[in-house]
Amino acid sequence: MRVKLPLGLMIFFGILGFTDSFVPHPWAQNFHGVLRNKVLIVISVFALALGIGNLISHHVTRIKRKGPNWIHSYTTLISLGIATLIGIMGGVTGNGWLPTRVGGFKYDIQTIYFKVLVPLQSTMFALLAFFMASAAYRSFRARNLLAGLLLGSAFVVMLGQVPIGELLTGFLPPGFHAADISTWIMQVPNTASKRAIELGLTLGVLGTMLKILTGIERSWLGGGR
Amino acid sequence: MRGNVRYLAWAGVVVALGILFYSTRSTISHDPWTWVGVFLTVAVFSFLYRENRIYRFAEHLVVGVANGYSISFTVHRVIVPYVIKPLSAGFKALAADGPSLKLLDPNSSANFIILVPLAIGLLYFARFIPKYAWLVRIPMAIFMGYYTGQTVPAAFTGVVFPQLKATLVTQASFGGDPWLGVWKVLVLVGVLTTLTYFFFSREHKGVLKWSAKTGIIYVMVGFGASFGFTVMARISLAIGRFYFLFRDWLGILH
Repeated sequence: MRVKLPLGLMIFFGILGFTDSFVPHPWAQNFHGVLRNKVLIVISVFALALGIGNLISHHVTRIKRKGPNWIHSYTTLISLGIATLIGIMGGVTGNGWLPTRVGGFKYDIQTIYFKVLVPLQSTMFALLAFFMASAAYRSFRARNLLAGLLLGSAFVVMLGQVPIGELLTGFLPPGFHAADISTWIMQVPNTASKRAIELGLTLGVLGTMLKILTGIERSWLGGGR
Repeated sequence: MRGNVRYLAWAGVVVALGILFYSTRSTISHDPWTWVGVFLTVAVFSFLYRENRIYRFAEHLVVGVANGYSISFTVHRVIVPYVIKPLSAGFKALAADGPSLKLLDPNSSANFIILVPLAIGLLYFARFIPKYAWLVRIPMAIFMGYYTGQTVPAAFTGVVFPQLKATLVTQASFGGDPWLGVWKVLVLVGVLTTLTYFFFSREHKGVLKWSAKTGIIYVMVGFGASFGFTVMARISLAIGRFYFLFRDWLGILH
């Protein structure tokens, strides 16, 4: 019961999901629409609630035990509380019953998203540029032909996207400028290798999914009882 | 000695910021949100020096605000329209007209059918009751099963077939610019040889060896190109952040 019921449900819903692409009847399409856009979305809300509960419990425990960096757990909990309060009470676009404007100063959840979350996330991604450049400086060495190809193609692609690339190769005939070679690398060898890798990955994913659907792969059921 | 250098560096940063502030005091932004953005940008960039409290503060702030945003978005975009509205309308209809089959129609604005996914979703919390912890597998099974079933045909129609179609070389490939046809042949060779390189069911000997060797050349050029492309994408993000500092905040750039 503890294994067979979930497994049976999974196979049943798997077949149901599979048929979505093959049964164009309006009744079936309407059924799948309701299932996808209402039923499964409502179920997923509880997964989010569980995740948020885990996050809160983790930080509360860290504060209680005075674990490493426990003081910053207050930052997460307080910002979570404030953002949730403003978001729920103030409405997504600031049309809720909680006032989200003082004079010309707006603090609705969309403004918080664009003024707090967007700078934070884009700066974090931008930070990676420095680490990638530093890692490349330390590890990129043209020790053999293959390493040389890796280094060379990375260099040409980077050069092709900055004005200095045009400045250095501008005297060459058309088709041999850094930008042209960079485009060629992206469109020919890069496309070929990426396509092969993507095909391999997709076939691997398909194999795993068929194993899950047929009940061969059961690790998602977790261990124990 | 090292400590002194650090203090001198910090003093230099403060003096530089002071000069910058003085020289740009007329153009500097008066928008409080811009100042918040500047503080957060500098807080994250401070990690380049080393891990510090300000960076950790920013890191924890991302987690809190991002989750708060997703909670409020879920409440307004899912819970209110798909749960609260149909149920409250359903109760009103029940009080006014009595029970009817229409209340079980999921497409109706007033329906009780949404109680089914609510009950299934609640099973996620069964994990906190050891005796019934296994019930958490039910919503997981429904979710995994449905989306796994949907992904199988989608993977064929969305990835496998279009990629294979794009790889094919036909007479039409040489119709316009003949060089384009040559590049398509090179792509075809690259796809086949790269696939050979990742084919481990037979030892790479003879033809397979040369095919795999050609494949690894494509893979290395491809990885290098992807690396260069990713670095440039990150650098453009970094330029964007500096642009924000020098244009939106200080008003130096226009």
